[in-house]
Amino acid sequence: MRARQVMDWPLAVLAIALSAFGVAMVFSAGQTDVPTPVAHLWQNQLLWLSIGLFAAWLATRASVRFLDWAATPAYVATCVVLVLLLFVGKGAGTAAGTKSWLAIGGVRLGQPSELAKIAVVLMLAKVLASYKQAPRSLLELWRPAAVVGLPWLLIMLQPDLGTGIVFIGIFFAMLFWSGVSWPLLVMVASPAISLLLASEPLRWGAWFFFLIGLVLWYKPYIAEGVAVVTLNVITGLAATVLWDRLNPYQQRRLLVFLDPSTDPLRSGYHVLQSQVAIGSGGWLGKGFTLGSQKRLAFLPAQHTDFIFPVVGEELGFVGVTIALILFYFLFTRCVRIASRSADPFSSLVAFGLVAIWVVHVFVNVGMTLNLLPVTGIPLPFFSYGGSFMLACWLGMGMQLRVSAEGRGRADSLVI
Amino acid sequence: MSYQPNDVQRRGRIATGLLFVVFLFLIGSFFRTQILQHSQYTLQSEENRLREVPVPAPRGIIYDRRGAVIAENVPGYSVSLLSPREDSLHAALRRLSGTVPMSEEQVDAVLRRYRRNPNRPAVIFPDASFDLVSVLEEHRVELPGLIIQATSRRHYPDGPAVAALVGYTGEINEIELGALAVQGYKAGQQIGKAGIEKQYEKRLRGREGVRFVEVDARNRVVREAGARQDISPDPAQPLYTNIDLDLQKFIVGIFGDSLQGGAVALEPRTGEVLALHSAPSYDPNRFIGGIPLEYWLQLQSDPRRPLLNKAIQGMYPPGSTWKLASAVIALQEGVAKLSDYMPTPCTGGMQFGNRYFKCHDKRGHGSITLGEAIEKSCDVYFYQLGLKIGLSRLVAGGIALGSRERSGIDLPAESRPLFPTTPVADYYNRKFGVRGWNQSNSLNLVIGQGENAQTVVNMARLYTALATDGDAAQPSVVRSTPHHTRLYQLDSAQLAGVRGALAGVVSRGTAAASRIQGIVLAGKTGTAQSGPKTGDHAWFVGFAPADDPKIVVAVMLEFGGHGTRAARIASKIIEHYLKVSAQQFLQTEGP
Repeated sequence: MRARQVMDWPLAVLAIALSAFGVAMVFSAGQTDVPTPVAHLWQNQLLWLSIGLFAAWLATRASVRFLDWAATPAYVATCVVLVLLLFVGKGAGTAAGTKSWLAIGGVRLGQPSELAKIAVVLMLAKVLASYKQAPRSLLELWRPAAVVGLPWLLIMLQPDLGTGIVFIGIFFAMLFWSGVSWPLLVMVASPAISLLLASEPLRWGAWFFFLIGLVLWYKPYIAEGVAVVTLNVITGLAATVLWDRLNPYQQRRLLVFLDPSTDPLRSGYHVLQSQVAIGSGGWLGKGFTLGSQKRLAFLPAQHTDFIFPVVGEELGFVGVTIALILFYFLFTRCVRIASRSADPFSSLVAFGLVAIWVVHVFVNVGMTLNLLPVTGIPLPFFSYGGSFMLACWLGMGMQLRVSAEGRGRADSLVI
Repeated sequence: MSYQPNDVQRRGRIATGLLFVVFLFLIGSFFRTQILQHSQYTLQSEENRLREVPVPAPRGIIYDRRGAVIAENVPGYSVSLLSPREDSLHAALRRLSGTVPMSEEQVDAVLRRYRRNPNRPAVIFPDASFDLVSVLEEHRVELPGLIIQATSRRHYPDGPAVAALVGYTGEINEIELGALAVQGYKAGQQIGKAGIEKQYEKRLRGREGVRFVEVDARNRVVREAGARQDISPDPAQPLYTNIDLDLQKFIVGIFGDSLQGGAVALEPRTGEVLALHSAPSYDPNRFIGGIPLEYWLQLQSDPRRPLLNKAIQGMYPPGSTWKLASAVIALQEGVAKLSDYMPTPCTGGMQFGNRYFKCHDKRGHGSITLGEAIEKSCDVYFYQLGLKIGLSRLVAGGIALGSRERSGIDLPAESRPLFPTTPVADYYNRKFGVRGWNQSNSLNLVIGQGENAQTVVNMARLYTALATDGDAAQPSVVRSTPHHTRLYQLDSAQLAGVRGALAGVVSRGTAAASRIQGIVLAGKTGTAQSGPKTGDHAWFVGFAPADDPKIVVAVMLEFGGHGTRAARIASKIIEHYLKVSAQQFLQTEGP
C-alpha cells in the first residue's frame, strides 16, 4: 500500500503517545476514595481507542480524492442528523441540559456534533479549494459562511456553546489558510468583537476607530464597508439587549469567567477547584492516582472536561509541560503536512482538522486555568468519551493519509 | 485558494509561530499557577480535604486531702456531624432521627452549635452510650459526616455527697461563650458550671487537641487517621483539695434524706475546708452530658431547693450564735468585761419602752456576768448589753467582724451576708422611715435577729478567729497558702475568757447534751426565727478541743427547730473527726 509505505511515523507516534497518556489519566480519574462508576471507564476508553485506531486505519485506506467525493454527502447527512437531533436529542454527561446526544431506544449512541466537525472541515475545504483566488470581498465569503453557518446554527440551538466556538475556530482558521487577508478576517469578526466590547464604551470606541481606519485602508466595496461599520454600531449597542436574551446559565458562566470567586459553589466552584488542583501539584505533582482534589471529588467532571487538572495535580508542572509539548509537536507536524500537501483540498483538510484540535486544547486547557470561560469542550485524546475519541482518530487517519499523499514525502519523515 | 508554495510556506510559518506563542502562554500560565502560586493552592487543597476534629483534654482529677478521688474521668463517646451547609445538616439530622429518636430541643441545640462554628463538627450527643454508638456505627453509610470519638466523661464517685463542693460540668452556653471566647473556648466544649469545677476551670481544663480527618467534597469522612499529624490533647494537672472525703461522707450520712440545711467544717488555723455539705443534694453525675429535662424540673420544683447551696448561698438569721460577735464587740469597746453584771437581773424578760422583750427562759437567769450570759444565752443580759453598746457601735463592730463580707471561700456564687450599713441612721431611715426605728432595734440585733442574715460558711469563719488568736482564716477548698485577717481586737486573756464561756455552753450551757467525753468542745447554739409561720432555723457553731482547736464546725438546719439539734450533729461531726467517742448529756436550753 502506498499509504503504508510512507507512514508518517512521527505523527502516529505523537498521537498514540497522547492517547496512551490520556487513557492513563482516565484510569487515574476513576481512582477516588469513594468509588464511582468512573472507576471502570478507562476500560471503555481503551475499547473506544481501539475502535478509533481501526477507524484511523480505514481512513488511511481512503484516498484524499474519496474524501473530496464524500464531502458533500457527509455534510448533507450531518445537517440532517443535526436537525433530527433537535427533536430526538438527549442530554447526558457534561451536556446534561442540551440535546447533544443521539439515542436510539434509550441507548445513547454518541454526540454527532463530534463527527459534524470533520464533515464541516471536509465541506469547507471543498468549497474553499474551488476558489481560484482567495476571496477578497465579504460577498465572496457567503458560501464558506453558509457551509459553517448552517450546522453552527443547529448546534447553537441544542445549545452547545463549546462546539459552536470550535466551528467558528474552524471557519477562521481555514479562511486564513486559504489565503484570505487578515484585514478581511478582522472585518468578518468585527461585529462579534464589538459585541464583546459593548459593555465598555471606551474600549469599544477605540476598537471602532481602529475598524474605521482598517476599512479605509483596505478599501472594500463601499457597500461592504458601510455594512461592516453599521453592523458594528448595531452590535455594539445591541449587546446589552442580547445579553438579556442569553440563558441565565450562559450569563452566569460568562460572569463567573470574569470573576470565579463570585459564585464559588456553582460554576465558579469548578474553576476554583480546578485551579486548586493544578496549583497544588507543584513541580512534580502528588503522584499518579494520588491527587487529593480528584480522590476526594473536589474536581468536577474529572474524567471528561476537567481531566487536565488531574494531570496538573498528579504529575505537576513537569507532567503538564510534557503533555503540552506533545500537543505542540503534533500540531506543528500537522501544519507542516498542510503546507506540504499535494493539492489545496488536502491542504485545507489537514489544516482544518488540526484547527479543531487546537481550538479544543486551547479552550479546554484555558478553561481549567480560568483563562477562558467554562464551555465544556473535551481535551483531544485525553477526555473520556466514545464519539470524541473516535472522531479524533478518524481525523488523525485522514491526516496520515494527507501526509502520505503530500509532496516532499521524503523530508516529511523528519520534523 | 491561493496555492502558491511560497504563500503556503509563509502561512505555515505564521501558524507555527502562533502555535508557539499560544503554547508558551499556556506553559507560562501553568508555571505561574503551579510554581509561583503553589503554596497558596496547596493550602487551599489542604483546607479542602482536612477537617479539624477537636479532641477534648481530660479534665484534671480532683483529690481530697488524703488522695481519695472526688472527681475523675471515665471513658465515654461523643458523636458529632460534619456538614458543608446547614440544610445538609438538617437532612442528616432527619435521617439520624429515623434511627435514634431526637427531641426538638436536641435538634435545635445541634443547629445552634453548627451556626456558632460551621467548620467544627457539630456535637449531636456529647455523651453517647456504648449502645447508641453501636447503632450509629451500623448506619455510618447513611451519615457521611458522622464522627464518633472516644472522649473522657466526668464522673463523681460519691455523686450527691460532694455536689455542694465539686459542682458539675456542662456544655458551654452562649453567654459563657461570649465572655470566654478570648480564652479560646469554642462552642460544644465542656466547662465547669458550679463548685470547684467552675472555680478552678482554668486549672482543670487542660488543652484541647486536634485530630485531622480527611473528607471528600461532600464532607464524607474518608480517612480518620494519618491524614496529618494529630495534635494530642494536654491533660490538666490533678487538683489537690483540703477536703476530708471521709468526714464529708460522714456528714452527708448524718444529714441523710430527712434533714435540710448546710454544714461547714474548717481547720481553724489554715482555713482549710474539711467538709462542706448542703442538704438535700443532687447527683452531679446526672448533669454530665446534658441534664435530663425531667430531672431538672424535679430539682427546680423541689420546695427544699436542692440546687441552692445552703452552706455558702443560703442566708439565715444567725440567732444566738451571733452573741459571740456581740460579746466581742462589747469587750473591744470596753463596754463590759466578762465578769461584769447588768443593772437589771433576768426575770424571764424585760420591759423596754412600750414593749416587753422576753428571754428564751421564762424562769429567768437572775443576776449573771457576761461569761455566764454567753454560756446560758441569756437574752435579757444581752438586751442591756446592746443598749449599752448602742446601735451605731453594734453595727460598726459587726461590719468590722466581717458580717457584710463574703467569707472568701474559693467556691463560686457565695452570697454576701445581709447586715446594716453605717451610718446607722441612714440605713434605718431608709429601711423603716425616719420615725420607724429606735434603740429597740439594737435589742434585736444584739441577739442575732433583725437585719442580719449570714451564710453558714461566714459564721464558721467568724468562729475560726476565736479558735485561734483573733485571726480569721479565709476558707480554702483547694490547697493554697493560708490567708488570715485580724478579726478580733482582743488580748489573749479576753480570748481565753470567751473560749471558756463557749466551752461552758457545751459542758454546762445550752448545748450540754452535745458533750464529748475527753474533748472540751466550745461553741454556741442558735435558734433563729425564720418567719411568722415557718419553723425556727437551728444553728450550732463551735470548735474543739477548746484549748487547742483542730476543727471548727458550723451546722444550720433549715426549719430545724432548737439549736441543740444542730449542736448534736456538730458534736458527732467533731467526734468523728477527732476519733473520740462521745458521751451524751441531755439538757435543753435557750436560743
